[in-house]
Amino acid sequence: MRAERVPVAVAILAAIGAAFFLLPLLGLLIRSPWRDAFTALSAPETIEALKLSLLASLSATAIGLLFGVPLAWVFARLEFPGRDLLRALTTLPMVLPPVVGGIALLLAFGRRGLVGSWLDSAFGITLPFTTAGVVMAEAFVAMPFLIITVEAGLRSMDRRYEEAARALGAKRWRVFTQVTLPLIAPSLFAGAVLCWARALGEFGATITFAGNFPGVTQTMPLAVYLLLETNQEASYILSLVLLLVSLAVLVALRHRWLGSA
Amino acid sequence: MRNRAVVFLVAAVLAAACGGTNGGGGTTLSGTASVFAASSLSDSFKALGTAFQAAHSGTTIQLNFAGSPTLVTQIEQGASADVFAAADTTNMDKLKTDGFTAADSKVFAHNKLAIVVAAGNPKGINSLADLAKPGIIYISAGPTVPAGKYALQILANAGVKVTPKSLETDVKSVVSKVSLGEADAGIVYTTDVTAAGAKVQGVTIPDNVNVTATYPIVEVKGAKNAELANAFIAYVLSADGQAKLQSFGFLPA
Repeated sequence: MRAERVPVAVAILAAIGAAFFLLPLLGLLIRSPWRDAFTALSAPETIEALKLSLLASLSATAIGLLFGVPLAWVFARLEFPGRDLLRALTTLPMVLPPVVGGIALLLAFGRRGLVGSWLDSAFGITLPFTTAGVVMAEAFVAMPFLIITVEAGLRSMDRRYEEAARALGAKRWRVFTQVTLPLIAPSLFAGAVLCWARALGEFGATITFAGNFPGVTQTMPLAVYLLLETNQEASYILSLVLLLVSLAVLVALRHRWLGSA
Repeated sequence: MRNRAVVFLVAAVLAAACGGTNGGGGTTLSGTASVFAASSLSDSFKALGTAFQAAHSGTTIQLNFAGSPTLVTQIEQGASADVFAAADTTNMDKLKTDGFTAADSKVFAHNKLAIVVAAGNPKGINSLADLAKPGIIYISAGPTVPAGKYALQILANAGVKVTPKSLETDVKSVVSKVSLGEADAGIVYTTDVTAAGAKVQGVTIPDNVNVTATYPIVEVKGAKNAELANAFIAYVLSADGQAKLQSFGFLPA
């Protein structure tokens, strides 16, 4: 194979493009106070934010799997009027500014929201300022990533296995759980990881809908943002932690995005 | 939050662009000055900016509002600011200690605090002690935000123990969450209650436990348009500027 000759202008522009992404990472690496890393990471408020972030993002992913997989199945397998519109609306949060998502959540699930006012009067449940509110904000923003990934998996799988199972007498639910789900396992995994990573990084919808209180609604990204005002070194370190997590996600999904090695 | 970053970026870009074309300097004021002001100054500084621009055609006062500690961080991280107006002396002192001020700051206003509740006071909150009643959702600005710090002082003065459900990043978020009905009460400036309009009302905090907020203003070191910055500061301190501030409920400097 002949090596491609790169036009000079393309090479220069590509180099600037690459530097644009690499320099911020370099900045974080260079300016992080490595010696204080342990102190910053073991500070009670950091541990609290980490724990909360893990709990909330994993819960959001679980909710995503519970409701997102069936939704993806409906989108992939059923033909009905308005399906494309419904799909567009359920994946809207992927492109929606998260703050707008937070405001929309308030108007639906806030104390005076469409559903929220009923939840409050009937059950005394209020979601803003609670960890459940954080989980909802994260699920709202992150679940669409799972839905589209799983839907793509369902569309590209070989349906003859399902037909064979049906022909051998398996009930629909059994086909779904024992044939379909195992066949799309890689998509399920990728979708769940993407969903989790997006939930972990959620900021705008969370601070708008759930507020900010350490241990209850202050997740890692909120802590990073607020630490920038009080303890910049700690905020650099926490940023690095989130960066490493993102990097791990990329590595885990490298075959999907970077082409197989 | 992200919006604020965008505003700040736009402000910085505009300031840089305008600074470039008006770098000559002369006796008449021209160009753009970026004024970074505490959230509680939103309405009053918009009015001051408009009046100043009207009096000096060809000038632009670019305003960036956020919690005082957020503004300090932005300036220290290299945001292009000409003027900084804080809602307390602590944040001003931090900027000065860190070497980002061009002169001594001047106090241009004072403010008192009040309890903000929904219009009609549906939860019957009539005193600071009522904030600690079960079922009341009380929120506050974070402890580094001036309004949050003042709220802690007031609660300590009154001997009331109450844990906020959320520590908001600036005082305006406290008002908006009360006005949205998500929170029942918060401690904010009296000027915020007035500015928020008909959806909320204030409950007076007695003078013996209330605190007086002090608002200092300063030219930022390395200001791109120092002349305009100082002219704006002088205007805020002038009789005209003071009258405007007082029309928004601020107390005289």
